[in-house]
Amino acid sequence: MRGDHLGVGIVSYGVYIPRYRIKVDEIARVWGEVEDVARSLNVYEKAVPDLDEDTATIAVEAARNAISRADLDPRRIGAIYTGSESHPYAVKPTGTIVGEAIGCSHSHTVADMEFACKAGTAAIQACLGLVRSGMIDLGLAIGADVSQGAPGDALEYTAAAGGAAYVVGSKDLIAEIEGTYSFTTDTPDFWRREGMPYPEHGGRFTGEPAYFKHVTSAAKGLMEILGRGPEDYDYAVFHQPNGKFPVRVAAKLGFKKEQIAPGLVVPLIGNTYSGSTLIGLAATLDQAKPGESIFVTSFGSGAGSDAFSIRVTERIDDIRDRAPSVRDYIAIAEYIDYARYAKHKGKLRL
Amino acid sequence: MIGTHCKSCGEYYFPPRTLCPNCRRTGQMEEHKFRGTGTVITYTTIYSATEDFERLTPYNLAIIQLDEGPKLTGQVVCSPENMKIGMRVRPVFRILGKEGERGIIYYGTKFAPAEDAP
Repeated sequence: MRGDHLGVGIVSYGVYIPRYRIKVDEIARVWGEVEDVARSLNVYEKAVPDLDEDTATIAVEAARNAISRADLDPRRIGAIYTGSESHPYAVKPTGTIVGEAIGCSHSHTVADMEFACKAGTAAIQACLGLVRSGMIDLGLAIGADVSQGAPGDALEYTAAAGGAAYVVGSKDLIAEIEGTYSFTTDTPDFWRREGMPYPEHGGRFTGEPAYFKHVTSAAKGLMEILGRGPEDYDYAVFHQPNGKFPVRVAAKLGFKKEQIAPGLVVPLIGNTYSGSTLIGLAATLDQAKPGESIFVTSFGSGAGSDAFSIRVTERIDDIRDRAPSVRDYIAIAEYIDYARYAKHKGKLRL
Repeated sequence: MIGTHCKSCGEYYFPPRTLCPNCRRTGQMEEHKFRGTGTVITYTTIYSATEDFERLTPYNLAIIQLDEGPKLTGQVVCSPENMKIGMRVRPVFRILGKEGERGIIYYGTKFAPAEDAP
């Protein structure tokens, strides 16, 4: 899939990150890990949902922040696509809960998306198509997760909770999406079978043939279409399964550390899966100036990547401070120990 | 949170009423969307809950007066030691309950301390 000179883009955005955090050192202590796991992953703490939070509540809070940031009338929304790999129901959409909670009209289409960590960016692409074709006025694309990691598994150190919502439209843009490109193969690097509580993964196989191959292929594909290089962008955001992969893939593609620094939030909140790339983009929008460019590439296991080229407009300065920033959410952290974390995540069976 | 407002006497109602008890036949009711901000009038902390809420203990149940006037019972999500009569609260969207592992999940409004807002 490819598209350029789209003339559509982001009208508003909002994020939500639960207030609870567990330190990676605390998880390592419980499992007797002698290595400095936090340092080796470059992830020091991760966000944990409250007992009464799930993907739907996170999606609603993020969507409400997106609506209030631009003071939008939710009845203008014609489509809601919610990307997650931890939808509360196996059968029954998350998006209908979001639509009702934010006060949409009933004249809109809803579908939930799933593509490991990239379902949220796939939701943005779907909205871009509907807006550009004139079928809808505004589209709401959400990436949210309360991701799962089996007790003691490597994923447990990073699997976190959070989400971001983007309103896509063609007028009053805060950022134009100049182009998008996707690269997809059938690569079983990470999966969760129907009815299973925790995902499985291919260990080291999740790196080179999965994350790096797909992110670099999508990124290079988009830059080739647009005739641009890393030096043409002020910022870059790559999917953040840990704190090492995005840094390494940025260097591999020729981006500098300063370009990815504003959006690199995984060391403090963990991997929010479908929320990961989108929260990174939000953290970048939180500080980008009009006229600056952002390069974004997500990754979803299974496997695929969606790349976007984004140019920030002058309107961003008018609405940026009307909703909480990513840093605002990061700042309100309440730390819990492993026992409380296990209770919050339903790892204790009563 | 949707309630009603009587345009004749100015009173707000939650849950919504179809008839204004002040104005009766002369009442003019309209739908009203509450901001969801309010003040804790009184509260209790539940340590011994019914089966569906066991996992949530300890949790706080409060009578909250919304800024528009109506009082309602709601859960305030914070640790019991942070609860105070007169504290300001804001709305949060949460799971209200689940019909076991196989049934419907109920969602709706709970409250959180206003000072915790990001």
